[in-house]
Amino acid sequence: MAAPPRRSLFVLLAGLLVFASLATLATAIYEDQVGLADWHQKYIGKVKQAVYHSQKSGRRRVVVLTEENVISSLDLRSGDIFWRHVIDNNDPLHQLSLSHGKYVLTLSSGGTILRAWNLRDGQMIWETNLRTSTASDPQLHVMSNNKVAKDNLVLVSAGRWIYAVSSIDGAISWEKEFSIDGLEIKRILQSPENDVVYALGLAGSSKLALYHLSAKTGEILKDIQESLPGGLCGETVLGSDNVLVALDKARSSLLLIEFMGERISYNKVHVSDLVQDLSGSFKIQSLSNGVISLQTSSSISLLKLKGTDGLEVLQRFDQPAAVSDSLTITEKDEAFAVVQHLGSEIEFIVKFTSDLSSEIIREKVNIDQNRGNVEKVFLNSYIRTDKSHGFRALVVMEDHSLLLIQQGDVVWSREDGLASIVDVTTSELPVEKDGVSVADVEHNLFEWLKGHMLKLKGTLMLANADEVAAIQALRLKSSEKNKMTRDHNGFRKLLVVLTKAGKVMALHTGDGRVIWSNLLPSLRASRFGGMPSALRICQWQVPHHSVMRENPSVLVVGKSGAESSTPGVFSILDSYSGEELNSMKLDHSVVQIIPLTLKDSSEQRLHLIVDSNSNAHLYPKSPDALNVFFHEMSNLYFYSVDIQANVIKGYSLQKSCGLNLGDEYCFSMKELWSIIFPSDSERIAISETRKMNEVVHTQAKIIGDHDVMYKYLSKNLVFVATLSPKAAGDIGSALPEEASLVAYLIDAVTGRILHRVTHHGAQGPVHAVLSENWVVYHYFNLRAHRFEMAVIEIYDESRADNKDVMKLILGKHNLSAPITSYARPEVAVKSQSFFFTHSVNAMAVTQTAKGITSKQLLIGTIGDQVLALDKRYLDPRRSVNPTQQEKEEGIIPLTDSLPIIPQSFVTHSHQVEALRGIVSIPAKLESTTLVFTYGVDLFYTQLAPSRTYDSLTDEFSYALLLITIAVLVGAIIVTWIWSEKKELRDKWR
Amino acid sequence: MAASSLCHRHLLLFLLMAVASACLGTAAAHQAGSGEGYTIAGRVKIDGASVKGFGLPAKTSNTKVILNGGQRVTFARPDGYFAFHNVPAGTHLIEVSSIGYFFSPVRVDISARNPGYIQAALTETRRVLNELVLEPLKEEQYYEVREPFSVMSLLKSPMGLMVGFMVLMVFVMPKLMENIDPEEMKQAQEQMRNSPSSFSGMLSRAQG
Repeated sequence: MAAPPRRSLFVLLAGLLVFASLATLATAIYEDQVGLADWHQKYIGKVKQAVYHSQKSGRRRVVVLTEENVISSLDLRSGDIFWRHVIDNNDPLHQLSLSHGKYVLTLSSGGTILRAWNLRDGQMIWETNLRTSTASDPQLHVMSNNKVAKDNLVLVSAGRWIYAVSSIDGAISWEKEFSIDGLEIKRILQSPENDVVYALGLAGSSKLALYHLSAKTGEILKDIQESLPGGLCGETVLGSDNVLVALDKARSSLLLIEFMGERISYNKVHVSDLVQDLSGSFKIQSLSNGVISLQTSSSISLLKLKGTDGLEVLQRFDQPAAVSDSLTITEKDEAFAVVQHLGSEIEFIVKFTSDLSSEIIREKVNIDQNRGNVEKVFLNSYIRTDKSHGFRALVVMEDHSLLLIQQGDVVWSREDGLASIVDVTTSELPVEKDGVSVADVEHNLFEWLKGHMLKLKGTLMLANADEVAAIQALRLKSSEKNKMTRDHNGFRKLLVVLTKAGKVMALHTGDGRVIWSNLLPSLRASRFGGMPSALRICQWQVPHHSVMRENPSVLVVGKSGAESSTPGVFSILDSYSGEELNSMKLDHSVVQIIPLTLKDSSEQRLHLIVDSNSNAHLYPKSPDALNVFFHEMSNLYFYSVDIQANVIKGYSLQKSCGLNLGDEYCFSMKELWSIIFPSDSERIAISETRKMNEVVHTQAKIIGDHDVMYKYLSKNLVFVATLSPKAAGDIGSALPEEASLVAYLIDAVTGRILHRVTHHGAQGPVHAVLSENWVVYHYFNLRAHRFEMAVIEIYDESRADNKDVMKLILGKHNLSAPITSYARPEVAVKSQSFFFTHSVNAMAVTQTAKGITSKQLLIGTIGDQVLALDKRYLDPRRSVNPTQQEKEEGIIPLTDSLPIIPQSFVTHSHQVEALRGIVSIPAKLESTTLVFTYGVDLFYTQLAPSRTYDSLTDEFSYALLLITIAVLVGAIIVTWIWSEKKELRDKWR
Repeated sequence: MAASSLCHRHLLLFLLMAVASACLGTAAAHQAGSGEGYTIAGRVKIDGASVKGFGLPAKTSNTKVILNGGQRVTFARPDGYFAFHNVPAGTHLIEVSSIGYFFSPVRVDISARNPGYIQAALTETRRVLNELVLEPLKEEQYYEVREPFSVMSLLKSPMGLMVGFMVLMVFVMPKLMENIDPEEMKQAQEQMRNSPSSFSGMLSRAQG
């Protein structure tokens, strides 16, 4: 059953629009419409630690910690999230552990915050603040079967502090600060009898200290210190119960340190003796029973420890491969897993540490090539029906996805790369081919009518629970929205997203499924080399008339390393298939990417890439593009904002760049103007400009008294906000007297400051959005101690006298006068500020196809919800008592704070955890815009800021219309018969 | 905790002090470490009984308490208690994020001169809090509530209006016509035959 087709039924009528927008300020949905036009996907990010529930508990769950700072409990059967907490980035999670089989313990913020969560439902049980100096590598050790205090103690070490915390209520039972300066505790161990705790620490680079502490009181029983010649780099693993394996400072040899006896003894082993083809750095990882793994860029070697005498290479695997930690199976057996790549498959090998020569399991698993290499393996065992041990493993891939492999199959996979989206663009879907008629879709008139009858019942609240479910299913099933072709209203699109892992994925707007994905080879990190980073994704080719048959393509720009001077990489992908059409390594760095509005004859968009040497490079490198560009070059101006240097500069371009004269696609930048802010009083906080693709319907704004105001519409308008140095910090760190915010409106061609306003007692963070002729920004007002949103609207005064009709007729107007940025604009500015309740994470504005529909601000609040706030609330012309005319115009009486209407949360009851970005994409239908928000979660919905005035909504009841028509026809027939009869009677009379 | 609130009669909040002050007993235990600051402790109270509809459980498990717009985030415990440690003196802002509820941000002033004196007020209503118990100002209903079925709503819909108008025409218009004097009626009909020009003119004549 198809959903009722949305057709553009009415011509756009301004009057109707005003009526519609006046009718309602909040566009809300009914509860049974959830999931109809929106979807919400939950992710966790790249897993860095995983702890399985013990087998005894019988639950198949795993608790994971991810690089997106998420702690989550997953169902091992399906990969679904049981519960999840997204921790703020200020509070990075370091360690994860289970205690008592019912608590999850997390250590965060450099070892200062220890939290316990309920394993079953994720409720936080307690939180303990530990006063330590924050350490980079804090340790968490849960004491096993400790009978001292009737509950398990949790030992936390950070720097030179060690704390013992009760795992039941988080109370600190003892604490110890060691006296050696610069000591960092690396390992905490417990004696087999559980009464002694060993703390092993490094002070500086060469001093090793071992403390024996009483588990009951924390009292130092013994204290052994030893200086190691040559020094250590700080990386250590525990080889066996009493041998520590440490890397020396030169990272060329391993020190085997035995520490259990009265004194510390050590032995040095050169890595080059163990591994021949050593190049670059290497990593060590401990398995148990004296087995450690040594990972170099070319191979993974399993080494057996022979006391402190030396190491023996037992086995070697070629990279890419990954080794799991060891897993205790029985009293004496510990197993571990190795995963290595074999062509298009991966091989999953499980071994016991006691006998490395034999393998328990060797399975081949087919894996999607677009997932890249295996990065991490977490082994888990289960007991089969025949009481033998079976093994399964969670595998983290290069694209951040998480897979569960068991019995040679991928049981489930999670696309967790989507938790770290860098940039988003959209692409149209292919045009529908002929031959598919509507009749096929709406196959059965009876079915169709039945569906509508059901819906009618739903609207009239006559449906029972079953029928409501049927309606829901019917709506969700409607295949219309998930088709792989372009639709009339432009609701179906591909969202092309670029993730941090360098993977490009296309999501269908209908249901959010992944259509294609491509892990870009140019952005893949070699495990020991530079870290390429994905920067941006832009539309490269949007075919129109002449090249209609070609597929659209997108451009991905990245950097091949972390520093700003590393050369950039380009990759061009087909938007329909995800195939990489072209990939190139640039010979210059990428500092700024400027997509131009120009296109060459093959409809490729022109892009300027600014490098770190202040040269601009034109792409695509074709003579045709160069021709187009030369034509427009004298009109091209751009600007750069340097937050470090606190300066904004405007540039134009000059032919030929300084270094290589031969390169005709390289241009030098000529500085035209610069605005240098005084660093001691103003620091640039944010700069914002208009979206390049924004469409404005009309420049004129007709106000209540039939007067006209002309919006100052300039693509070169830049909003810059600066904060006083004190105001840039957190709330609470500055006094109102020393905090101020200055807002500038700058013309980017001339560098002219069009408007400047100072807010005293205002503090960051500042979020801003600029659209048409207005800018809205959000900041904190220290005096009122509330958040505030201010609006500045800018109007063109030079056209204000073009109201005389006579002048227009006689041609004495300046409407056709050329507009130049060099002329001094006569502008008038109106501004106003309002209180706003919440902190803001992100801000955007709705975009529609023609710019007629009124605008809504999309505000991502601190609660990770997105609020749609009508722009009319942020109108500087709002007054306490609007006149009748102003009321007719739609001006809302002034209030000091902006209303938060729960129904206007576009995310309704969902939260987009760790919300970072909001993108509004115009649909073809003028009234509707598509909103995509991303963070750790993804959320997509359709929004009609002034309701869908140009189409019938899904809510429209066709059945009611049919019934009405039937009733009317019936009535007409009845009255006709009556009148016939009456006439007959009259004639007989 | 008890000792500290005893020491300051005017101490309105739960407060643990790290800086040495009159209350040495409690302060000593928390003086260790690098930080120097105060503890803001309070409670989030969500009334579970009043929760209704849309399957949002009144659990505190997803209730976040946010200090200074994201500087620090903590979670409410099952009993609703939360604490921020090591907070410097100054004016701070606490926000509570819990889906389904609207909480007002709370302004918390920690006095530097008078160590440990803390004052809290809701920024939305400017209500001063005697103790830091944060209650939602209101529940948030994210969905439009469907009007229960009523004849009026059906009649008010465009289709209803169409039917209503038709019914009016069928039953009321003949009555109106009956009231008109037959003489005049005849006259009008004749006129209409003669000059089938304006419908409004006919109406005005009919009225007159």
